[in-house]
Amino acid sequence: MKSYSTFGEVSFFQKIKSLDFYLLISIIILGAISILAMYSTDISDGNFYHSFNHALRFVVFFCLMILLSFINIKHYFSLSIFFYFCVLILLIGATFFGTTVQGSQRWINLYFINLQPSELMKIAIIIFLARYYHRVQPDAVNSIKKFIIPFIILIVPILLVLSQPDLGTSVLIALSGIAVIWLAGINIKYIIYSLLGLVISFPFVISILKPYQKLRILTFINPDRDPLGAGYQIIQSKIAVGSGGLTGKGFLKGTQGYLDFLPEKHTDFIFTLFSEEFGFVGSVLLLILYAFIITRILIIGSNSRNYFGKFFCYGFAISIFFYISVNMLMVLGMLPIVGSPLPIMSYGGSSMLSMMIALGIVMSARIYSREIIN
Amino acid sequence: MLGDGIGSNVRKSKLINRRMFLASAAKAVVFFGIVSRLFYLQVEQNKKYLTLSDKNRIRENKLPPVRGEFKDFFGKTIAGNLDVYELHVIPEQVEDFRVLITRVKQILNLSNKHIDKIYKTKNKQKPWETIIISDNLNWNEFSKINYYLYDLPGLKPVISVGRNYPFNESYSHVLGYVAYASKEDLSSNETINKRHVPGLRVGKNGLEKTFENQLIGTNTIQRFEVNAYGKRINQLEVQNGDQGNSLRITVDTEIQKYTNELLAGEAGSISVMDIFTGEIIAMNSSPSFNPNDFLYGIGSKDWKDLNSNPFKPLVNKTISGLYSPGSTIKPLVALSALENNVIKPSMRVFCKDNIDFYGQKFHCWKKKGHGHMTLKNAIKQSCDIYFYEVARLLGVDRLNETANRFGLGKIVLKNFFENEKKGVFPSTEWKKTAIGQNWYLGETLITGIGQGYIQSTPLQLTLMTAQLANGGNKIYPTIIPNNKNVELIKKEMQDNEDYDLPTNYPPLVTNKENVKFVLDAMFKSTNEIYGTSYSSRIEDPKYQFAGKTGTAQVKRITEAEREQERKLEQIPYKERDHAWFIAFGPYKNPRYALTVLVEHGGSGSSAAAPIAKKLFKKIIDRHEEREKIRINEIETS
Repeated sequence: MKSYSTFGEVSFFQKIKSLDFYLLISIIILGAISILAMYSTDISDGNFYHSFNHALRFVVFFCLMILLSFINIKHYFSLSIFFYFCVLILLIGATFFGTTVQGSQRWINLYFINLQPSELMKIAIIIFLARYYHRVQPDAVNSIKKFIIPFIILIVPILLVLSQPDLGTSVLIALSGIAVIWLAGINIKYIIYSLLGLVISFPFVISILKPYQKLRILTFINPDRDPLGAGYQIIQSKIAVGSGGLTGKGFLKGTQGYLDFLPEKHTDFIFTLFSEEFGFVGSVLLLILYAFIITRILIIGSNSRNYFGKFFCYGFAISIFFYISVNMLMVLGMLPIVGSPLPIMSYGGSSMLSMMIALGIVMSARIYSREIIN
Repeated sequence: MLGDGIGSNVRKSKLINRRMFLASAAKAVVFFGIVSRLFYLQVEQNKKYLTLSDKNRIRENKLPPVRGEFKDFFGKTIAGNLDVYELHVIPEQVEDFRVLITRVKQILNLSNKHIDKIYKTKNKQKPWETIIISDNLNWNEFSKINYYLYDLPGLKPVISVGRNYPFNESYSHVLGYVAYASKEDLSSNETINKRHVPGLRVGKNGLEKTFENQLIGTNTIQRFEVNAYGKRINQLEVQNGDQGNSLRITVDTEIQKYTNELLAGEAGSISVMDIFTGEIIAMNSSPSFNPNDFLYGIGSKDWKDLNSNPFKPLVNKTISGLYSPGSTIKPLVALSALENNVIKPSMRVFCKDNIDFYGQKFHCWKKKGHGHMTLKNAIKQSCDIYFYEVARLLGVDRLNETANRFGLGKIVLKNFFENEKKGVFPSTEWKKTAIGQNWYLGETLITGIGQGYIQSTPLQLTLMTAQLANGGNKIYPTIIPNNKNVELIKKEMQDNEDYDLPTNYPPLVTNKENVKFVLDAMFKSTNEIYGTSYSSRIEDPKYQFAGKTGTAQVKRITEAEREQERKLEQIPYKERDHAWFIAFGPYKNPRYALTVLVEHGGSGSSAAAPIAKKLFKKIIDRHEEREKIRINEIETS
């Protein structure tokens, strides 16, 4: 299969010029905010382990993103199946032979990084499905034949991640996958049917959930049930956010994080700490920044002349939206506590890596927006 | 693009874009929801969460209040404070209680028994209640614990306030003692409840209890910022508490200590009062106990011993002991008879050992009888037969009226001691209501010699004596100095011979000559030959005193026993008479009144009067110093 570009090869200068600088600057601002927030969490620990690592990762992976963006989108297209299966193998490895932390087996120790393949899977699933639907016509999407592959491709990693157990990531993988499938034109009634099926199978799902997951759902329904136990996280998180007020307690002045009342303050609850220190105004500005990033990605997607780029950008934009929403709704006490990091803000190499890889592909879609893939 | 052509491609693009638009709309809704939620939490409910956040991070540490001290009349500290090093722990704040206790056990070398006790306490209490691991660490142990503290999370070394009574058992009954606040203390006294911290000691008895709210002081409050594990990060503020009020009492430690020595080995009571100001100079009850033993909680065996001791060391006999006053009542009976014009001092009665009244035999204490007696002689030699006759003529109701006026059958130290008893001075009406029977004349006779239903405390007799000695005027007993000018009181008492004039110290008699007569009789009783306390007299006018002995029977003496004439040692301890002596002095210019009681001491003249003799010397020797302070205070106030 031969692919060609309208202009032939793009020169390096043109590549630089056609980067989306709005998106780049937004990412740099977000990165800077995340490093400051991480610095604030480190104050009480007395060392700067987290902020240093976070900054280092941000810089390294940001460079990686720039490098990735110079690679022609068509190469991602052709490598997508390979990428998916590589990640799947890593995921299987992590699920069965990985490192166990806090009762969940989800990491592979690669010596320089503790890789969490399930985080990469969030991106791999979008890449794979974007490629798959690239060629499928809207009429064919709803046929059983064209549905079986995406279903298997989606359900296998979900079950693997669920068994680690990691409810949060598996939900996010599922949402990302469903987003792409839906964009491709699947009849809305199938989604409604499967949701109904999910509701019917809910008691069954509950019965296979680990006790701590059941507890989290019960706690979500009533956080005051056990204020020092399972409800502790939600209550403390709400106290942190609520006490921030309109303009916040000020940088490095948040007491909830500093005094260790916030659980997982480096990772899933980083927004809580940020919100305590920068208040309603800061939180809304952060949300606007995220919305801006999503919008830039959407624009890149809409300008892409190939369906792979379009599907990927749109799918990824919807996924980021899901990551942010699930995380924020969770720390604000509107969803049960499931592990889900806030993109770029949360501490964690794998999450940062997968975000940067995806953003690199988005940039590539921008640079090679006129590329037509057959 | 191959195959399907342009139309299909356009449809695909349109579909994707349409769906993306829907997704964006959903996104906007969700983001709006998040913003609303943020607004609700951060703006609307900000106050609530700010409070919760402060509650989270700020811990208050209440330190025990520093208790006010007790001073004696001369300003000497008789109940002070000392630092007590304690070790507390709250089980719910400890990650692994067993590990912690084992570590503490190693560091302090605690015994297994001690450890068992800690676990027992832990099982009894709620997990958030403090357990006192040790309340008596020495400085070495305390610093050792502090040294290892970083390694012992949840452990709290506390410097608490303990009570120290430098004069040990001398003041036990006056001051009482302090011990750990009990549940009853917390529920009955709101002030204690408010200021309570684990290990707080409060007054359990005596003045310590009565003046609890003045003595207790206020807590020092430290506010700390703590982290989620309760570890202190820094101190935010300290609100210093005030020490409780110090209280000065009227008692003279020198005399108080001496009374303790005088009663050593005996069960009994001594009380001394200023006959004008009503101040208690000394008040002792024997045997006593050491209040310092209660500092760290008294052992159950020691407590049992104190409680079951037949000499009742825990009872303040001076105000809670009830006894027949015996012959010490005779001056009052004589006064009552004279006041009511029932007899003349010259009335003669022949005493011949015993007398029959309505077929019942009444004996005089003197076997062969006193022969012919007049009133003065009858008081001096304490003739029972004479007083049977006086009582018969007087009747119990008129006697009761005089006795009441002089304070018998009434609380003496109002509001100072919750355990003071008021005793009984009988009347016909009293017997009807209390016992439900009619009064018998025979009962009047024995009431006349201080036996029968009469029950009085030693302090009541002291007050009675004081009010006789000051010429028959009412005074106001107190244990807190009242800074009164004695000369003014004396003047007021003399000026108000007239019964009708309003005065602070109203006369208790209509004719002061009657009082003088009785006082003279008491003088003769001590200072003239044949007087019952003649052998205890002091001839030096500086110390010369007048008194009246009393020997109170504790059981009816049978005729057979009367014949035997048993020596004191032959009578079982519990059946021996109580020995009384009431006195005042110096005779020429009286100032102090006192009562000595020796339980089961035999006769008043042999057991009680000699003690009074020694005591008077001490009291008079201390008088000048005491007056100096009094005058100085009146001038400065």
